[in-house]
Amino acid sequence: MRAVLTVIGRDRVGIIAGVSRVLADCNVNILDISQTIMQDIFTMIMLVDISKINANFSELSDKLEKKGEELGVSVRIQHEDIFNSMHRV
Amino acid sequence: MIRPSEVMETIKMIQDENLDIRTITMGISLRDCCHSDSKVARGRIYDKIVSMASNLVKVGEDIEREYGIPIINKRISVTPISLIAECSSDEDYVGYAETLDRAADTVGVNFIGGFSALVHKGYTKGDLKLMESIPYALSATKKVCSSVNVATTKAGINMDAVSKMGEIIKKAAELTADNSGVGCAKLIVFANVPEDNPFMAGAFHGVGEPECVINVGVSGPGAVKSALEKAKNADFGEVSEIIKKTAFKITRMGQLVAQEASKRLGAPFGIVDLSLAPTPAVGDSIAHILEEMGLEKCGAHGTTAALALLNDAVKKGGIMASSYVGGLSGAFIPVSEDAGMVDAVKAGALTIEKLEAMTCVCSVGLDMIIVPGDTSAETISAIIADEAAIGMINNKTTAVRIIPAPGRKVGDVVEFGGLLGSGPVMKVNPFQSSNFIKRGGRIPAPIHSLRN
Repeated sequence: MRAVLTVIGRDRVGIIAGVSRVLADCNVNILDISQTIMQDIFTMIMLVDISKINANFSELSDKLEKKGEELGVSVRIQHEDIFNSMHRV
Repeated sequence: MIRPSEVMETIKMIQDENLDIRTITMGISLRDCCHSDSKVARGRIYDKIVSMASNLVKVGEDIEREYGIPIINKRISVTPISLIAECSSDEDYVGYAETLDRAADTVGVNFIGGFSALVHKGYTKGDLKLMESIPYALSATKKVCSSVNVATTKAGINMDAVSKMGEIIKKAAELTADNSGVGCAKLIVFANVPEDNPFMAGAFHGVGEPECVINVGVSGPGAVKSALEKAKNADFGEVSEIIKKTAFKITRMGQLVAQEASKRLGAPFGIVDLSLAPTPAVGDSIAHILEEMGLEKCGAHGTTAALALLNDAVKKGGIMASSYVGGLSGAFIPVSEDAGMVDAVKAGALTIEKLEAMTCVCSVGLDMIIVPGDTSAETISAIIADEAAIGMINNKTTAVRIIPAPGRKVGDVVEFGGLLGSGPVMKVNPFQSSNFIKRGGRIPAPIHSLRN
């Protein structure tokens, strides 16, 4: 099962490191990363594999949200299906 | 892989444009709960609702979390109570409403619909008892919603029921007078009522429905408005295209949530209702979409045409996005629940007469209209008759949800709170219709009801 993780906020040192740490701790595998900075706003989109996670989805989501607060960015994780269903016929 | 721009578009629609799933509604048949002893019947009703819907709220919250899409309401609709209570010898059915309220509390849903009767051709004894219980049931309960179908294209308009509903609405307002007549906000009078509508207050579980079913209502006026903002000079063909594409995306999300909820709850997926449903929140208004099309205020000449285009494009976009579409499917225009409509009424741009015209081209009808407390029962009945006629002749659903707010005058602002919002008291035509309403009987079905 795959999910899309998005990080939006002001750029600073350690965003990817911090988020990746949480993912590694939960045994989430990163499949793809894309990242841009638009008008100082850092936007990162990760495609991750959550089929082998060692926590439930809601715990993972909480941990990421907390990490986001520490880093001053907003972090969301959503099942990939929502994007596929909205944007693919 | 999904493109970053697509990911960001979805997130923007949810975060900034109030895109959400308005409701997951579980329809539950109560037909096996009838009993001559109403205590037994009510016990069965309570047990059945609680056992079937025990997971509804949790599943809704899990899906919300995993897909990152807000699901605002989790609700239940049941078989019209007139059909169930009729077996018992009770003289009033308020006890049944209290049972529904208690069951709704136990499972944690915010509304339960189905304190309803279908009387388009006439009443049974149970229908009559239910209708007479409505004002008391609405004042004795918090979560129970009631509806009465008084007309269909096939049967015509039951004018006796129309007349009675005027009195019932007045009584419901009187019994909830300390809360501005909020009882009436939970009562809808329909023509051509759909049996699978997930939206309140008009939801019930129709007799042709299965044992249990999951219906989903989507929302997203903000997303449509925002898409139109980027096309200031587009012609109507282009406007329609933009709305269709947005409606497609919104509906696909509804379809996904409906399928997932149906799988997790072990109940078949019924329909996605393609309605654009506003809320009082800023940026979640149907009126603002119409204004974005170029009208100074909703209600100005051109509003009906704008709404017709919007309503049609929403259906065209949505129909391909879902395997089963049903319910009300159209744009809602509830005045007190739409910040733009409220502004338009306050500015003098939007009147009841214009809203009536708008109901010819959209779902559903005169919705959340607050009128002076001294409006007569006959005038309310006449307003219902007009709407029912529009529904009957045009083969569409129409409805009236009107609140004669006790002690309030034109221009006063009435506050209901929450999703019901607040709105100004609107002016009603002062000329009497009482002799018309007194005639009684049935307005025969129109010629085009004979399609065989």
